[in-house]
Amino acid sequence: MAELLQYFMIFLILLMIFFAIYAIKTKNLLVSVIASGFISLVASIVYLYLQAPDVAMTEAAIGAGITTLIFVIAVRKTKEKEK
Amino acid sequence: MVFFLSSIVLMLIGLYAALTKRNLIKIIIGLSIMDTGINLFIISLGFVKNATAPIISLKELFKSNSLLVDVSKVVDPLPQALVLTAIVIGVAVTAMALSIVIRMYSVKKSIETDDYKELKW
Amino acid sequence: MKKIISIILLAILGMFFFNIVSAINFGSNIKKGSVSEHYIEKGINENRGSNLVTSIVVNYRGFDTLGEVTVLFLAATGLSFLLFSCKCRREFDKVISSLVLRTATSTLYPLILLFGAYIFIHGHLTPGGGFQGGAVIASGVMLLFMSFRNFNINHRELSTIESLAGISFVALGLAGLIVSNSFLANKLLPLGNWNALFSAGVIPLIYIAVGFKVGSELSGLISDMISSTKED
Repeated sequence: MAELLQYFMIFLILLMIFFAIYAIKTKNLLVSVIASGFISLVASIVYLYLQAPDVAMTEAAIGAGITTLIFVIAVRKTKEKEK
Repeated sequence: MVFFLSSIVLMLIGLYAALTKRNLIKIIIGLSIMDTGINLFIISLGFVKNATAPIISLKELFKSNSLLVDVSKVVDPLPQALVLTAIVIGVAVTAMALSIVIRMYSVKKSIETDDYKELKW
Repeated sequence: MKKIISIILLAILGMFFFNIVSAINFGSNIKKGSVSEHYIEKGINENRGSNLVTSIVVNYRGFDTLGEVTVLFLAATGLSFLLFSCKCRREFDKVISSLVLRTATSTLYPLILLFGAYIFIHGHLTPGGGFQGGAVIASGVMLLFMSFRNFNINHRELSTIESLAGISFVALGLAGLIVSNSFLANKLLPLGNWNALFSAGVIPLIYIAVGFKVGSELSGLISDMISSTKED
């Protein structure tokens, strides 16, 4: 059971790195912002595996909540595509 | 060990985006990814094998017949307190940077760094 | 050309990091005689709160929390100073939101506020605290902005709540200075029993003040960003 959990963590970490590369390569700014919010969400799950529930709650509420919201407001007020 | 390597890779990806991209919002997204990588590194420094979260609510975590807690059964709580502060300060800096970008757009209607050349000669 | 130079520099930096990291033992035990050992062993006896991270953030390293609250206040003030805030119709007012969103918001908003208040009141017993509860309250206010067309925030009331919460944080610290011999000392209220709600001295009161301050600050920040710059 502990082996299965470790393989799942390695899968989540590879997912985080793939989405980080995708976030800076795409030209649509809205997609890039949503990918960065997804990275924060997966990091919150990894914090829970490392036995840190306080930090996981803070990262989920502030990183995946407030930061994504203000990024979306800023993209809405400026251009949505990169030249 | 795999947690250390992944946090180094995230930091380098964020730094690459801050160095070579021309769109202002992409630069700020790169800084936010770098923040996530650094916080992951600090938390994985405090991990102890076969230990549990630092919330003392069971009687088994105390040493036998005393009021002291057994040190080898609880994860290190000091890096978690530091990261709690770092996450909140990261969101404050991101909000400030985005307000500057919105103001720049309302003056010149462009958010590429190629169009702001008044200081060059 | 710029990309190749930056990739080479990042590769050199990555090799430096890898050399440092390969000497660290992942998952080793806590060293004897370090600060963490004192916090874990004697933290319950001195503070009587179950959450060790809360007792470190508020009591042992309480001055750093005061600095963090100051940084958040400076960022929110600077943001509202840079952006125009006009009373014109917002650009999001052209479309009425759907019936599902309006009904769900009317039902869920009081529950979200209650959940956020539960998180920062029980900060010394369960994982949580002031910053998490404040962020949950701010996302509840954002839900109201998305659902109703003519929803506006009274900035005067928000800044009154925020200032009162900040003043009470500093006042609790000064009261500790008067009663005992150091700022933010924990000798004002009785310590109480382990795992009870009214325990751990001043720690719940400080976290309630921080929860109110962070919640109202983030709500004002979101309101400033949504209704900024004159639209033509």
